Amino acid sequence: MTEPVEERVRGPRLLGPPRNRPAREEGARGALIAVISTLAFMATAIWVILTSDAWPAVQRQFFNPEKIVDAFPAIARGFWLDIKLFLLAEVLILIISLLIAMARSLRGPAFFPIRALAITFIDLIRGVPIILLILLLGFGVPALQLPGVPRSAIFWGLTALITSYSAYTAEVYRAGIESVHESQRMSARSLGLTQIQALRYVIVPQAIRNVIPALLNGFVSLQKDVALVFVLGIREGVREADIFAARTFNYSGYVTATFLFLLVSVPVARFTDWYTDRDRRRKQAVSN
Amino acid sequence: MVAKLELRNVRKSFDDKVVLRDVDLSVGQHDVICLIGSSGSGKSTMLKAINLLVSIDEGEILLDGVDITASSVNPNQVRESMGIVFQAFNLFPHMKVLDNITLSPRKVHDIAREEAEERARDLLDRFGLGDKVDEYPDRLSGGEQQRVAVIRALATEPDLMLFDEVTSALDPELVAEVLNVIRGLKDQGMTMLIATHEMGFARDVADRVCFLDQGRILEQGPPKEIFSAPSEARTQQFLQRIIDAGRL
Repeated sequence: MTEPVEERVRGPRLLGPPRNRPAREEGARGALIAVISTLAFMATAIWVILTSDAWPAVQRQFFNPEKIVDAFPAIARGFWLDIKLFLLAEVLILIISLLIAMARSLRGPAFFPIRALAITFIDLIRGVPIILLILLLGFGVPALQLPGVPRSAIFWGLTALITSYSAYTAEVYRAGIESVHESQRMSARSLGLTQIQALRYVIVPQAIRNVIPALLNGFVSLQKDVALVFVLGIREGVREADIFAARTFNYSGYVTATFLFLLVSVPVARFTDWYTDRDRRRKQAVSN
Repeated sequence: MVAKLELRNVRKSFDDKVVLRDVDLSVGQHDVICLIGSSGSGKSTMLKAINLLVSIDEGEILLDGVDITASSVNPNQVRESMGIVFQAFNLFPHMKVLDNITLSPRKVHDIAREEAEERARDLLDRFGLGDKVDEYPDRLSGGEQQRVAVIRALATEPDLMLFDEVTSALDPELVAEVLNVIRGLKDQGMTMLIATHEMGFARDVADRVCFLDQGRILEQGPPKEIFSAPSEARTQQFLQRIIDAGRL
């Protein structure tokens, strides 16, 4: 491709002044203006904050360097547990929710029970606040003291997260499955593939491609929500920050935890945008 | 001798719109039948019903004398011996040409990958597409895509092929390459049912032409008869419109 897509889409310019500046130069100029105005805005905002009367108190309570250093090791250790829980949960969620979405997409009377089961699961779980599910499973199940059933808070906290997120993610996948044109299913079936084979080899690979941005969005959301298991007393990042605050009456630990969460979630959010953008441009290039 | 394919009193409606009414058709071994008629006359539904992609309301469809619409019949097994090609190609966009072709042989017919790929390459070579093995469908022209779709349907070695207006979505200059593929299949003795708007082609290739009108086979016979001396007024009108449009 020799010319930028945008140029071709616009076609001849009939209105407005003639374009006498190359697009690239215009882009560089735009970027420069953006940088200058952003810096000016931020400098003003920081100046306003730092010169306000309340700032010394805020700094002492929230941004106290000594306290941050003090709180950091325990919170970082706890946060590392958050990350591990997040990764484990995410992998399982991606698999389980895909199976649920596939079950929900099966057609014909023979598959009615499977379909009904999937729909019931999704409706029920999506209707329950995630924190309630964590409390129910995390405190409730171990209290039963059933033989052979794990009693670890981490296990049940994770189970609650996976259960809740699987219901949501299944709907994301389903939207993707439905976005694949009916003719694809038909031609797969015409080749003798069973419903499940058609889903597995033809529909789902295309569906996943269509919902990757939505799935990444779910990543960001889960990466924060893992912290909810702190209600079960699990010493992850937020719990450690909470303990620090209770011990020192200083909130710099919360800020430390906030910073750690942002450190992971912001890059994922940026990546999601970048990916979505690239995908859109690629589709445009093909349809041209 | 048992007909290859036989439709008896087939009826089908979508909601309250009747799309097939009392269709009777017998297709002998090696017959090439062309279905003509305006859009919405039921050609496409008829082919999909034969492939069991659309269920019929009444009647029977017999393949080699066996009623394939019976509930005891596994539709996947029926489809294994039948190929269908659609107007919109419907290649799988996320798979290379080779994988598009080998999917069904490997997964449905349990043929080893190497063997399936070798056969697919042979077919591609035979249809002049040997250099497209590793391309993705969106890199091919419409005519090439449709030829790949035909090869994909042939890869499972069917003995009945159904064509649903396979040239209707093509640029005019690409139509011939696809039609030539179908002519080649006729020479090999393939039994075919072809819904088409290409009247010249139908006249050339068909053993019998069926004119469908409002879900009914109004008239059928050898192409010479249908195209030069149709007995039904509706057929005459239809052909006149085709001639007026310069398509015959």
